[in-house]
Amino acid sequence: MTTDLDPRPEALPQRVWDSIQRDQLPPADDRERMKLVMNNLVLHLHPSKVSKPTLRFTYTWGLGGLALLLIVILAGTGVLLMFAYTPSPDQAYSDMLALQSEVWFGQLIRNLHHWSGNLLLIVTFLHLLRVFFTGGFRTPREFNWVLGVALLLLVVGENFTGYLLPWDQLAYWAVTVGSSLLSYVPLVGEPLRNFLLGGPEVSGATLTNFYGLHVAILPLTLMGIVSFHIWRVRKDTLTIPHKVDGSLHEPNVKVTTIPHLLSIEVVFALVMTGLILMWSVWVNAPLEGAANPDHSPNPAKAAWYFMGLQELLLHFHPTFGAIVIPALALVALASLPYQRFDMQAEGVWFRSQRGRTMAIVAAVAALVLTPALVLLDEYWLDLPALLPSLPTILSNGWVPLAALLLGLMAFYEIMQKAFRATACETRQSVFVLLVVGFLVLTVIGVFFRGEGMALVWPWEVMG
Amino acid sequence: MNANVSRRNFLKLTWGVAGAVALAEAGGVAYMFLSPRTVEGEFGGVFTAGPVDSFPPGSVTPFTNGRFYLVRESDGGFVALYRKCTHLGCAVPWEPAQGRFVCPCHASAFERNGELVNAPAPRPLDRFTVTIVDGVVQVDTGRPIQRDHVSEADFVYA
Repeated sequence: MTTDLDPRPEALPQRVWDSIQRDQLPPADDRERMKLVMNNLVLHLHPSKVSKPTLRFTYTWGLGGLALLLIVILAGTGVLLMFAYTPSPDQAYSDMLALQSEVWFGQLIRNLHHWSGNLLLIVTFLHLLRVFFTGGFRTPREFNWVLGVALLLLVVGENFTGYLLPWDQLAYWAVTVGSSLLSYVPLVGEPLRNFLLGGPEVSGATLTNFYGLHVAILPLTLMGIVSFHIWRVRKDTLTIPHKVDGSLHEPNVKVTTIPHLLSIEVVFALVMTGLILMWSVWVNAPLEGAANPDHSPNPAKAAWYFMGLQELLLHFHPTFGAIVIPALALVALASLPYQRFDMQAEGVWFRSQRGRTMAIVAAVAALVLTPALVLLDEYWLDLPALLPSLPTILSNGWVPLAALLLGLMAFYEIMQKAFRATACETRQSVFVLLVVGFLVLTVIGVFFRGEGMALVWPWEVMG
Repeated sequence: MNANVSRRNFLKLTWGVAGAVALAEAGGVAYMFLSPRTVEGEFGGVFTAGPVDSFPPGSVTPFTNGRFYLVRESDGGFVALYRKCTHLGCAVPWEPAQGRFVCPCHASAFERNGELVNAPAPRPLDRFTVTIVDGVVQVDTGRPIQRDHVSEADFVYA
């Protein structure tokens, strides 16, 4: 006697589908929508309900999500590129040429990878600024801020190692200059540089090393920390945006993730994908002549995101320009959330009305002071000549750094006194001063440095 | 040794030390595996530049494969200069019109004997050991020699 014990009378394809997607689509009510988020591998990055005020686009600008989208695009195009590229000095450049002329959609895939990589760096930095200026790094989110700083460094590392792979003049000399910065670390610098490059100069061994870092070690680390970062965002909960007077923009009610959050994310991701795709169709990633170790181009510039650093190097002894100042800046950045907070400002753009005014003052100060200092050092001030008895590491290192730090302390005191500001507001104005100063240095390095790294007008750089 | 170490603490310590040793071993293996191998072939070995007489006093002769310039000063002294800029590693070309080495990357400049005349480079060009055997100049590119200033001892005479 046989009886059909299976209570499900559906056809086989329906049963297979039901085994993959257990929840009914589309979900019938809010309860089903929440269940769908919880049960889905990708969607469960989200809570099943979110606070409605956190959905304000002008609060987050979708920067964290955009970074994640770019990482997905980079992984996809990067894996494709691996099939069309050999990391060897004899082969790499001709592979690039073949990629652009023979491989179907080779140029497009390369453009997508190149522009997404550059954009990721910008977006990661903007995300950092957004979180800082809305106070999103405060307790209990301190450690997630530190993870974010680590992610920024990994993104820089990915960009730098990827920069070498085309093996053109741009790649070869930018990496030569960039890796030489390392050799100024006392004692371990030179061995470390030689270890990274696989020898004393950029060579085939360097290409092997950078390829391994670029396609395996760095991306795996990046994805691990990204997962940790997103997990912590959920565990630490989202900050609620507030108006500058401390009131809410709208009542703090919870809404279901589907459709309120998910629809914004999907639309934003589609629009951004479209924009990146269009840009990559029209604008080609640069490729110069094949790498020639006998001939440095003039000017030999580092990648654009290192130009602020390279500009510092023109003014400071290399140990300071390449090591001491960046290290100080990084330590300061990572330790920001562990400072003392003397006001409630979570979720308020620029802390307060006074904070906004102070930020504008600091930005203007940096816009004026940075070019002024660059011009002063370029044309009038020659510290090593003024202090001939001192070694240049003192006269062009300790002395100007001490002067700058004293200037920063004076700026802090003056701002705090003049505006009768809290420590949080004053610290923010110093942050603005330094960030805008760094951006101005980057602009000077990219647009105002010509042959022999002399100061020129932007239209002369191009010629 | 404290006789009162409990068995728990003893085991904790033993496991800790064993773990640290294992990690150090793995790190050492990875480091040695990844270490650069010594450069075989041309650069890094000894170069035979040529007979002394083929380099007139006051001349600068580039050796592309050896990555150095063989300089003969007016007084007849030889010095071999590593062409890598001591600032950030760019290849420094000889500019005959200026009578100087001028780096294209950050405008560091060096005299014909390698002496620094224009920062941001922190020291003169590095040099390689020059030997003259039976009237033939040889340059050992195995180890660049760093110096704070050019000195008499840097030059080799026939």
